[in-house]
Amino acid sequence: MSIAVPQTLNKALEPFLIIVGSLMVSMVLFGIFVASAGADPFEVYQTMYRAAFGTSFSWQNTLIRAAPLMLTALCTALPGYLGLIIIGGEGAVVMGGLFAAVAALTMPTAPPMVVLTTMAVVGMVAGGLWLTIGGALRHYRAVNETISSLLLNYIAIAVLNHLVTSTFRDPESLNHPSTHHIGEANMIGVIPGTDLHWGLVFGIVACVMTWFLMHHTVFGFASQIAGGNVRAAQIAGLPVGRLILIICFVAGAAGGLAGMVEVAAIHGRANDTLNANYGYAGILVAFVARNNPLAIIPVAVLLGGIRASSGLLQRAHELPDATVLVMQGIIFLVILFSETLYGRFSKLQKQGAS
Amino acid sequence: MEVGWWGVLIAVLGGAIRIGTPFLFVSLGECLTEKSGRINLGLEGTLVMGAMTGYAVSLHSGSPWLGVLCAGLAGMVLGALHSWLCSFRRVNDIAVGIAMMLFGTGLAFFLGKPYIQPSAPRLPSIDLGAWSDIPQLKAALQINALFLMGIVVAIALAWMLKNTAWGLKVRVVGESADAARALGLPVDRIRILSTAQGGFLAGIGGSYLSLYYPFNWSEGLSSGQGLMAVALVIFARWHPVGCLWVSLLWGGAAALGPSLQSVGITGGYYIFNAIPYIMTLAVMIITCSPKRTLVGVPHELTVTR
Repeated sequence: MSIAVPQTLNKALEPFLIIVGSLMVSMVLFGIFVASAGADPFEVYQTMYRAAFGTSFSWQNTLIRAAPLMLTALCTALPGYLGLIIIGGEGAVVMGGLFAAVAALTMPTAPPMVVLTTMAVVGMVAGGLWLTIGGALRHYRAVNETISSLLLNYIAIAVLNHLVTSTFRDPESLNHPSTHHIGEANMIGVIPGTDLHWGLVFGIVACVMTWFLMHHTVFGFASQIAGGNVRAAQIAGLPVGRLILIICFVAGAAGGLAGMVEVAAIHGRANDTLNANYGYAGILVAFVARNNPLAIIPVAVLLGGIRASSGLLQRAHELPDATVLVMQGIIFLVILFSETLYGRFSKLQKQGAS
Repeated sequence: MEVGWWGVLIAVLGGAIRIGTPFLFVSLGECLTEKSGRINLGLEGTLVMGAMTGYAVSLHSGSPWLGVLCAGLAGMVLGALHSWLCSFRRVNDIAVGIAMMLFGTGLAFFLGKPYIQPSAPRLPSIDLGAWSDIPQLKAALQINALFLMGIVVAIALAWMLKNTAWGLKVRVVGESADAARALGLPVDRIRILSTAQGGFLAGIGGSYLSLYYPFNWSEGLSSGQGLMAVALVIFARWHPVGCLWVSLLWGGAAALGPSLQSVGITGGYYIFNAIPYIMTLAVMIITCSPKRTLVGVPHELTVTR
């Protein structure tokens, strides 16, 4: 009886302690790294904090970088519920952005609200269908989804580069081939009172909605069963194939939306800047968040903050801008390594209690 | 002499070797790693780190070959780190690979900042086209020494995997970790060694980029050759000599777009570049089936389960 309470507590405490512990270990490792590069680690951390979370301006900088990561993380996290490892977020972003831009260009006279809605829908469908290819190949042909989604990334980037240098090219974009601009009137505005565009809201809403879908609906329950044991799910009569296709579509739609936001809020055109590695960073966010859509939000903010601090770090400590990449790498390696601690930790506590 | 279409063919051949060499080294490295049952998606980071190390060492020591060696050693360290992390229970090798990719490129950019401007000594090339009068053919037959070494490594690796005790051990570990343990083989140690050696080869592939072609060090040096290695190895059916042919094929496909420009075909440049991926995907779709697995695949590989 007395064990029941600490055990449930353990369950919630364990991931928290492990993540916080890993972050502290990575900060020590990174501290040693910058110290060996001749900088004072404590001052570096102070600068990073100031640059990422110190002022409202730096918060905005952080959140703008976090928004696409929330969406691209879903590309990996959702299929993760089915036991699939999909790394095709990059392709979904590229396809979503490209087709959203093309959609906007086909309707030059429509009111902005209609254009934006169409862009979002087209972008989501494009990204969704693109990622569904990987899921379908997995289900019908047993092609490994990790490899096929990786290949699809490159194919998507090639399609983007081909189309923006030929069919959809704006002749005025000389050095940087792009589509025509979608028109200033059609750009997504900022959230009133801030400099943040609406992409952040999309990201948070998408994470919360998918969390609800996966944890509080029959569909989500069925997916978790299928992810646990495909054979058992099939015997129980679950339509595993349909689950795979739907989940991959929803996951890709999140990536497509990220691409649409990149076009409609930042660049105004589709070009190779869509291929900005948000897809790959999203994979890491998903892994660190252990595929939990709600955990994705803080992890994406953390990563956004690290990336946002790059500029100030460079100016204040004369460290190269790649410093944040090293830190990011160290944090993720330590957190991924900490996966091995799950279970061992609670066992120790239980033995201590008895 | 009229070159025209012959010129295209010669240019593709030359390009296949020039662009294919880094593919050859990373794919051989990935092939060895995967044979032991691990996948290393972090070879992109290894490649960039190798390129930086090779360039820096060549600049400071004046010897490009020392640069190549150090690039290999840097790759070996990264490979060993990857594999050591993955040898712990529940640590996912795909995720660690992506983290290693970020870490390796980040570290290379960090350490490589001072080397963007200066010019390091270049690796020598061997003139096999001296007999020819055609300048295009001469240029195409300027073979770099690393490519020839790559051929030797490919054949030697294939032979060792097939005929030596060490090769057998690597294959057993890759086929079934349980069987290997039953035989008393140190599974983790063999995988760490294989991945470290794979990293060594990938590091050399990186030094080719910075010390021969395109011969500079910059942050945009690699165009994803390290990530592509995974797809390439599948296309090559986990066979080292297959890696040689596929690397040449991919190099040739990448050279096709620019070569066709010489005869007036300018469109489709990016589509030509994507041919290797489309081919790999097509091969996987044709040969995979829910009822059986790929031919030649190591069964311990997480991506094939």
